[in-house]
Amino acid sequence: MTKKLISYVFLIIFFTTHIFSIEPDVFVQSTVNRASKLLSENLTKDEKIKELKLIAKDTVDIRGIGFYTLGAARKNLNKEEKSKYSLLFEKYFLKSFSSRLAEYTNPEIDVKDKEVLNENYTIVKSVLKATSERPEIKIDWRIYTKDPENPLIRDLIIEGLSLARTQKEEFASVLNSNDGDINSLFKTLEEFSN
Amino acid sequence: MFKKIVLILITTTALTLNVNAASDGELLLKKNNPAEVKECWEGFNRASFALNQGLDKVIFKPVASVYKKIPSPVRVGVSNSLDNLSNLVTIPNNILQGDFALAGVNSGRFIINTTLGVLGIFDVAQAIGIIDYEKEDYGQSLAKAGVGPGCYIVLPVLGPSTARDTIASSANFFGGDAWYNVTVKNDTNYFKDSDYYTSKVTGGVDFRAKNYDSIENLEQNSLDFYASVKSLYLQDRQQKILNSKKITETQNDSDWEEIDN
Repeated sequence: MTKKLISYVFLIIFFTTHIFSIEPDVFVQSTVNRASKLLSENLTKDEKIKELKLIAKDTVDIRGIGFYTLGAARKNLNKEEKSKYSLLFEKYFLKSFSSRLAEYTNPEIDVKDKEVLNENYTIVKSVLKATSERPEIKIDWRIYTKDPENPLIRDLIIEGLSLARTQKEEFASVLNSNDGDINSLFKTLEEFSN
Repeated sequence: MFKKIVLILITTTALTLNVNAASDGELLLKKNNPAEVKECWEGFNRASFALNQGLDKVIFKPVASVYKKIPSPVRVGVSNSLDNLSNLVTIPNNILQGDFALAGVNSGRFIINTTLGVLGIFDVAQAIGIIDYEKEDYGQSLAKAGVGPGCYIVLPVLGPSTARDTIASSANFFGGDAWYNVTVKNDTNYFKDSDYYTSKVTGGVDFRAKNYDSIENLEQNSLDFYASVKSLYLQDRQQKILNSKKITETQNDSDWEEIDN
């Protein structure tokens, strides 16, 4: 009886920890397939942008990227400023992300490999297949895996160049040009998003 | 006059030199971290960047858009032959960095592609399985020797660079680039000065055409286009110096670890 009970408990633990966790590479491939299908559909650019924003909300850790992008400045923000920043960043990110992707038609991306960095991060390696217009492009995805059931994208690294890092340095430049005033960054983000 | 130029070069090099030589990859990573590269001349850099954007709009972008319409095999051939010429700078730098085996491989690549590949138009070396080509330059060699990047600089027409890389590139004009030597520096019966300048301008147009959409996209979606270009340029240099495209080797992960949801 004890043996049966132990086996039963073991099986429950096994299934709850393994069945519902999503492998980061599978997550990336399914996200890419979802976006690729959308981009190949006969939709207007505005419709594509709207749908891409939904995909991004589901699969990207926008809040996490936002705070990473803010760098050391995030430590000086109060609660209200943090909330305001998160809202503004999300609007900025979704606009920037979707309009960047909406230009592509049917991009073919194949996931090749993955590298587990630690329990929080896995790098998924993929390639954007070559066309007559451009050569093959390597794209790595930094996946946040703290919640294995709900992995999220935190960065795209194109041919070794990190988009999050570029964005972080861009935000730092805006802050530096305005004596570190967070309101100037808020204003710039508002202007971009409108 | 020559003595003066040499003195200025040595003094400027000394200013960009950090006292500690880079002894390992970690130090090399830290020194060339884009966030560590100083912005000493932002006013000049932004003015120069604006000038380059203007030149791009009037000259490079229109030329690149026409160049893009040339059939792909022709563009690949042009790109291959420019890469082949760049071996003449890469090989001495392989030697300077102590990569003698790689210098041998690249010499073999250059000979094969120049002969069988018809002046480098066809990348025969790659077709027969010789390892992928990675360009090296005198700036990378100085970095490997422990020289810090110094200040970031945007050169009129030539674009982003660092103090170290700008000074190092002058080595090309003092005998460090065999292609410059046989075209401009020495009077040979085989090449003209214009061959050198044409190859450089074509290289610029080829780069602009390859990155045509990416540059447009980046410009449209940047809060500060100058800062975006600076970041991408410095990330790219860091990778080239470390000879790695692995993000785990070129980025410090501690910034990400602090972000928790």
